[in-house]
Amino acid sequence: MSIPTLTRLPAPTGPTGRNRGPLAAIRARVTIYGLPRALHPGAWWLWALGGAVAASRTTNPLSLALLVAAVSWVVVSRRAEAPWAMAFRLYLGLAGFIIAVRVGFRILFGADGSTILFDLPRIQLPDPFSITLFGPVSAEAVLSGLYGGCQLGAMVICVGAANALANPKRLLAAVPGALYEFGAVLVVALSVFPQLAESVQRVSRARRLRSGRGRRHFLRQVMMPVLADALDRSLDLAGAMDSRGYGQRGTVTARARHLTSGLLLLAAGGLCVGAYAALDTSGATPGWLGGAALAGGLALAGAAFRLAGRRARRTRYRPDRWRMAEAVVVLCGLAPALALSWLSRTHPTLAYPSVSPLVWPGLTVVELVGLLAAALPAWLTPPPPDRAATAQSDQTTEPDQGAKTA
Amino acid sequence: MIRFSDVTFTHSGARRPTLVGVDLTVPEGEFALVAGRTGVGKSTLLGAVNGHVPHFTGGRLAGRVEVAGLDTRQHQPRDLARLVGVVGQNPLTGFVTDSVEEELAYGMEQLGVASSVMRARVEETLDLLGIADLRRRPLRTLSGGQQQRVAIGSVLAAGARVLVLDEPTSALDPTSAEEVLAALLRLVHDLGVTCLIAEHRLERVAEYADRMVLLTGGGAVRVGPVAEVMADSPIAPPVVELGRLAGWSPLPLSVRQARRQAGPWRQRLAAADPERYPRAPGGPTSQSPRPPVPDGTGLTARGLTVAYGQTVAVRAVDFDLPAGQITVLMGRNGSGKSSLLWALSGVGPKRAGRWSVDGQPLAEAPPETVRRLIRLVPQNAADLLYLDSVAAECAAADADGSGVGGACASLLDQLAPGVDHALNPRDLSEGQRLCLAVAVQLTSQPPVLLLDEPTRGLDYPAKAALGRVLTGLADQGRAICVATHDAEFAAAVADRAVVMATGESILVGPVNTVLTTSAIFASQVAKVMSPQPWLTVAQLAAADAETP
Repeated sequence: MSIPTLTRLPAPTGPTGRNRGPLAAIRARVTIYGLPRALHPGAWWLWALGGAVAASRTTNPLSLALLVAAVSWVVVSRRAEAPWAMAFRLYLGLAGFIIAVRVGFRILFGADGSTILFDLPRIQLPDPFSITLFGPVSAEAVLSGLYGGCQLGAMVICVGAANALANPKRLLAAVPGALYEFGAVLVVALSVFPQLAESVQRVSRARRLRSGRGRRHFLRQVMMPVLADALDRSLDLAGAMDSRGYGQRGTVTARARHLTSGLLLLAAGGLCVGAYAALDTSGATPGWLGGAALAGGLALAGAAFRLAGRRARRTRYRPDRWRMAEAVVVLCGLAPALALSWLSRTHPTLAYPSVSPLVWPGLTVVELVGLLAAALPAWLTPPPPDRAATAQSDQTTEPDQGAKTA
Repeated sequence: MIRFSDVTFTHSGARRPTLVGVDLTVPEGEFALVAGRTGVGKSTLLGAVNGHVPHFTGGRLAGRVEVAGLDTRQHQPRDLARLVGVVGQNPLTGFVTDSVEEELAYGMEQLGVASSVMRARVEETLDLLGIADLRRRPLRTLSGGQQQRVAIGSVLAAGARVLVLDEPTSALDPTSAEEVLAALLRLVHDLGVTCLIAEHRLERVAEYADRMVLLTGGGAVRVGPVAEVMADSPIAPPVVELGRLAGWSPLPLSVRQARRQAGPWRQRLAAADPERYPRAPGGPTSQSPRPPVPDGTGLTARGLTVAYGQTVAVRAVDFDLPAGQITVLMGRNGSGKSSLLWALSGVGPKRAGRWSVDGQPLAEAPPETVRRLIRLVPQNAADLLYLDSVAAECAAADADGSGVGGACASLLDQLAPGVDHALNPRDLSEGQRLCLAVAVQLTSQPPVLLLDEPTRGLDYPAKAALGRVLTGLADQGRAICVATHDAEFAAAVADRAVVMATGESILVGPVNTVLTTSAIFASQVAKVMSPQPWLTVAQLAAADAETP
């Protein structure tokens, strides 16, 4: 499944004709399927959400460890060479921190349990608090902290995996046409922040050239030039976007615009009613109403988006297409979610292993298959586009100091 | 292609119009140069072409501006986007996306160009501008010249037939500027793109332009063939001044043209010693050198090293700034000039090295001590200024520096007479703001003054004024260092030159040897008179007056 296979592919009109027919066609398809490319960011997000749903349905540390291993393996083998992809280890660190905090709090505040691991001296806080810190540490308390921490940590890692695998900007580019403006604002904001940071750095550095006076004037000395700078830049950017065709009006009548807004309002109303009915546990609202309102709201919103999308006559450069590999990724994400949802409903004691009394957690075959399916994208998807090419072109010239501070 | 008919434009709130009764026609495929002093309305004229003025800026425009038959009164800039492309001085502020390919496609996405067409046009544009190997690079990591070519490419890919460029090479070093101009010329020659370009550095553009639009002040314009308009233009590149001095006809616009006519001059002046004549009026010569200074004064640096992570910006440089002399620091963008100056100022980072001023070591000294002896005017002089009036800035500088009231204000009046002290520094012209920053930094009477790229955005008269100011300061016995790309400025004011490349100082010497031997950093006169070491028109004028 790499480029060399393509070169070895026999010509379909070989002299013997041996390679004609369905087999050759399938081989060609497989080769094309395996060509390196970036997948649709939405696919990775759905896959990761599947993992997160699975994590939310269990506290079994074995299942969670398997899940994290599967997700991490996919990240390592399918992430691109990009700053957002390198942030994955931050999420791993965050998950570790969450576990440490959960366990730490159990130890700090003490909890009941019969299996005492070790004893710490008690600290009685003075009167207004009337809290006792430390004391005997039980295995039950530590484990329940650990299980809870593992669950939350696994969910965080799943989100981190989505972030590492999907270019956040491509995800924005994939939003429907009606949300284009929203996406544009985010993209501009994302590029403005580094500029703002750079200007703060530049100005505060310049400030040190001039006066030795203290922090008293910091706000004025730094914020004034930075704000003036930011305003100038935004005006420049707005002017540039204007002269490059941003906000060109399509041929849309006022009636169509009103229709869009009306539809959107109705859709929002339907979604609110539906969400309320779905979350209402008192039984005051009939179940069918919630479902109907939710479905109707979604349908209306879809129609409104379509209508609004028609207003913006824009096109996309190299749009991410939804192809076979994307579907495979989503299915691989669906598997653990389904497996653990089923498990938590039918075998709650396996999905949530008891800590009191202490029980050794176990795994079922269904769980194992579902969780391992999450790792399949590491083999079943095309690799990310050529890392070597990008890395090489990045080294051709050094960043230009002069132009950056201009 | 572009037609202005009786255009008068008044900025909102202004008492006098910026443009008065401008009539201008630029036919298709022409490369037209817009020139004029700072603040004379070049940007306004350029902005009017796509309706940016007055749709975006406000103000009142009378008369009619048409592009390819479309009237800007009826068409907004965004509607003209498929016809007119605008490129500014700092492309980074106009970039909407963050990688080269996406930026090229952005305009087409807005115009609704079909995906397949877009793909083909992006590839074509990458090749046309020679940026194909940069396609996946983040825009912020590109050099200035590369960024500028991406900016041109992005409007070209959207289908622009008219390019409007406002000082596209002002911030670039000579090599990058040539890259950008070469790319532009290819578009003009091969694709018949119409170009309207404003530029302060006429020496870079004049020879390529078909016609020149000179804004003479008061809102009027003169239009004609470049050589004709240049004949009595108040701003002119050195070759033109030389041509005027020598009375050559036709007036030379390029070094090559001048050199072909300069044979008799080279013969006549072969015996003269260029060092006897001042390179700028009032400058030092071998006959009237600068007032002497005590030996061993000035700045001495040894083994200065600056590194950011793994990137070495300045590599063990030994650097001297003798008192009473002006040293220019030259080299392409990113060669470590700024890093060196910032390290010397005591503010920028440094890894190793020691340096001293007048024998006082500074490597371990507290920042206040360094600041008392060395002052830096950064590239963006406005960063130094944060108060709401010139008078307040001056008062703050007095409190910070000498403690003598009015010291800064009187310095400013020497540097830039007639600046209104009640104005906000942001409302000053580029040159006035630079003078204010210099005055602020000089108030504490430091023996060493460093300036980073002070001439960017200054026109010829403003540069001459800055040169006089610096010469005066050197005569007082100060050590001055100017980091610059501007060979003409260096030729006129500097005594010594240091050339840097990849963080190392590769060439040190008197300016008349360094600037005459380098191909990139030679002044135009040096190229015309080569191999004789003449550097400026002022020298030749003085020599001409004495030689029969």
